[in-house]
Amino acid sequence: MASKKTPPSNKTVAKVPTGITGLDEITEGGLPAGRPTLICGTAGVGKTLFGLEFVLKGAKLYNEPGVIVTFEEKPEDLAMNVASLGYDLKKLQDKGIISVDHVHVERSEIEETGEYDLEGLFIRLGYAIDSTGAKRVLLDTIENLFSGLSNQGILRAELRRLFNWLKEKKVTAVITAEKGDGTLTRQGLEEYVSDCVILLDHRVTNQVSTRRLRIVKYRGSIHGTNEYPFLIDEEGISVLPVTSLQLNNDVSSQRVSSGMPELDSMLGGKGFFRGSTILVSGTAGTGKTSIAATFADASCKRREKCLYFAFEESPQQIIRNMRSIGLDLQKHMDEGLLRFHSSRPTLYGLESHLVSIHKKIAAFKPKAIVLDPITNLIIAGQISDVKSILLRLIDFVQSEKITTMFTALNLNTSPNEQTDEGVSSLVDAWLTIRDIESNGERNHGLYVMKSRGMKHSNQVREFVITDGGLKLVDVYVGAEGILTGSSREAQQLAEATGLELRTYALGRKDREIDRKRKVLEATISSLREEFESVQDELNKTYLEEDLRKQITEKNRAELSLKRSNKTVNGKNK
Amino acid sequence: MAKTNKAVKKKPMQQSPERWELRLYVAGATPKSMSALENLKRFCEEYLKNKYSLEVVDLLAHPQLAAGDQILAIPTLVRKMPVPIRKIIGDLSNEEKVLVGLNLKPLN
Repeated sequence: MASKKTPPSNKTVAKVPTGITGLDEITEGGLPAGRPTLICGTAGVGKTLFGLEFVLKGAKLYNEPGVIVTFEEKPEDLAMNVASLGYDLKKLQDKGIISVDHVHVERSEIEETGEYDLEGLFIRLGYAIDSTGAKRVLLDTIENLFSGLSNQGILRAELRRLFNWLKEKKVTAVITAEKGDGTLTRQGLEEYVSDCVILLDHRVTNQVSTRRLRIVKYRGSIHGTNEYPFLIDEEGISVLPVTSLQLNNDVSSQRVSSGMPELDSMLGGKGFFRGSTILVSGTAGTGKTSIAATFADASCKRREKCLYFAFEESPQQIIRNMRSIGLDLQKHMDEGLLRFHSSRPTLYGLESHLVSIHKKIAAFKPKAIVLDPITNLIIAGQISDVKSILLRLIDFVQSEKITTMFTALNLNTSPNEQTDEGVSSLVDAWLTIRDIESNGERNHGLYVMKSRGMKHSNQVREFVITDGGLKLVDVYVGAEGILTGSSREAQQLAEATGLELRTYALGRKDREIDRKRKVLEATISSLREEFESVQDELNKTYLEEDLRKQITEKNRAELSLKRSNKTVNGKNK
Repeated sequence: MAKTNKAVKKKPMQQSPERWELRLYVAGATPKSMSALENLKRFCEEYLKNKYSLEVVDLLAHPQLAAGDQILAIPTLVRKMPVPIRKIIGDLSNEEKVLVGLNLKPLN
């Protein structure tokens, strides 16, 4: 689709918004103003409703009066039909905003003789338009005239005149017509109404019916050319919003927690980016829903609203099951932070799922959503359809900055690690949980397969579901490979024992050294004593020697003195 | 519904000599309308002399009257009485068809 907007020039066709969700986007503004538009399609596809919505929404949203000319249904039936969509037709008629005219042609009552024209219809229509000041006109199955009147030549000429006249009246008209065999309409009305032709279609594929809409032509305007699925529900028609294929969504660098601190730490320590899409894949029973519920719980704990789409379990079931791992989701529901939306994938077609997801998101305005699991959507459609739907959904949630978590079931048989839906390339972060089977046990290993724009751990962590929530445990890599579960615990035990033994051994050695030191110290002190006694002995010898020496000196002195005296005496003699 | 009620009320009043109430819807003095009126007057004088009443409604002047008798084509002749209501559209140029349509002449 070439959605480059051309600058509005004065040549551009003026448009009238229909007010029908999504249609104004496809037509880039609505139906051509002041011109007739043909809505064709098979029975029961919603043509009348389409036209009614155009007129009634015009009155309600854009304050434009309208005229409904019905060739089929009686005004009372019509009033009843639109009452279910929340319109009070009687009141609108009394206010003079809407005029309803039932044109009834009963062939058995009518005899045709000679020339005539449909001026009566023109007058009725003109009167209705002038009395209400109508801007919008619905002619519901004008083809019924063909069964009421036999002169086709007159009828065709008059219809051509009617459509020209409607243009002159400057009203935007919607004309419904039944689809013919090989032609857009049974009576070839598309020849007369050539400005805008919208084809509605109702197809059943694999027992799932989907309504689709296609703009066959739209003169003087760019429009989407694809088939767009649409849905009729209690709010009327919604056409599936067009995907913006321009990848220019604003991104946030804010981070949100996954609810598991260990997982956050694997994701650069802070968790996911706000507004990113996360895929959690894994085989059956690996705890995908638990991860999703933990994520939802974390969101609610941040006081951010979370919407949980469950395609497998009922809300009660999920709440009960999550209570077993210590998550109280009921509390969040009571506070209005969490809302569940459970539906069977086969309830309606994929597009309807998408539309209903859109609507629920628009109504609840969550900050986070969970789709659990997307795998089941395949039941409702083809794989390629699922991918395109998810692409559109991802596009939508990213533009709304909603953090989204998908869970997907991996089949053991799939040779590669791609999910069946092939969405792994579209998501921003992908966690996968894999069975690790060893020693007669099945344990789960969690990997971060990818996480755009952030540092993330390359490690396999063991994923354990405990009473207190989800835990990620370091995986032991031992001689026999990766250890998980009880062998991991055994390994942990063995390591703890080893540690104990080592400390004990260390203690003993310490004491030994202590003892040795004490012995050594004792030896040292005894040697010192010995040394001192030797020193004493030596000192004593020294002293005696000295003493003896002194005494000897003294004696010698005395002796010599005595001798000298003797000599003197001798001389003297 | 209202029409039949009216008819039921009127019937016993007028007894068996049937009174024909005819209404011709036209939109301005177009050639088709004028020829229809001429033709109609001729038939009435011929077949229904003194037991008919004819009302000509110009929808250009009274557009709101068109819905009541479910007028679509112009000109339209409506036989209000006797019931059932019959409508003949066109310029009434085919005498045979008009007489059959008004139930003045059985189908051969």
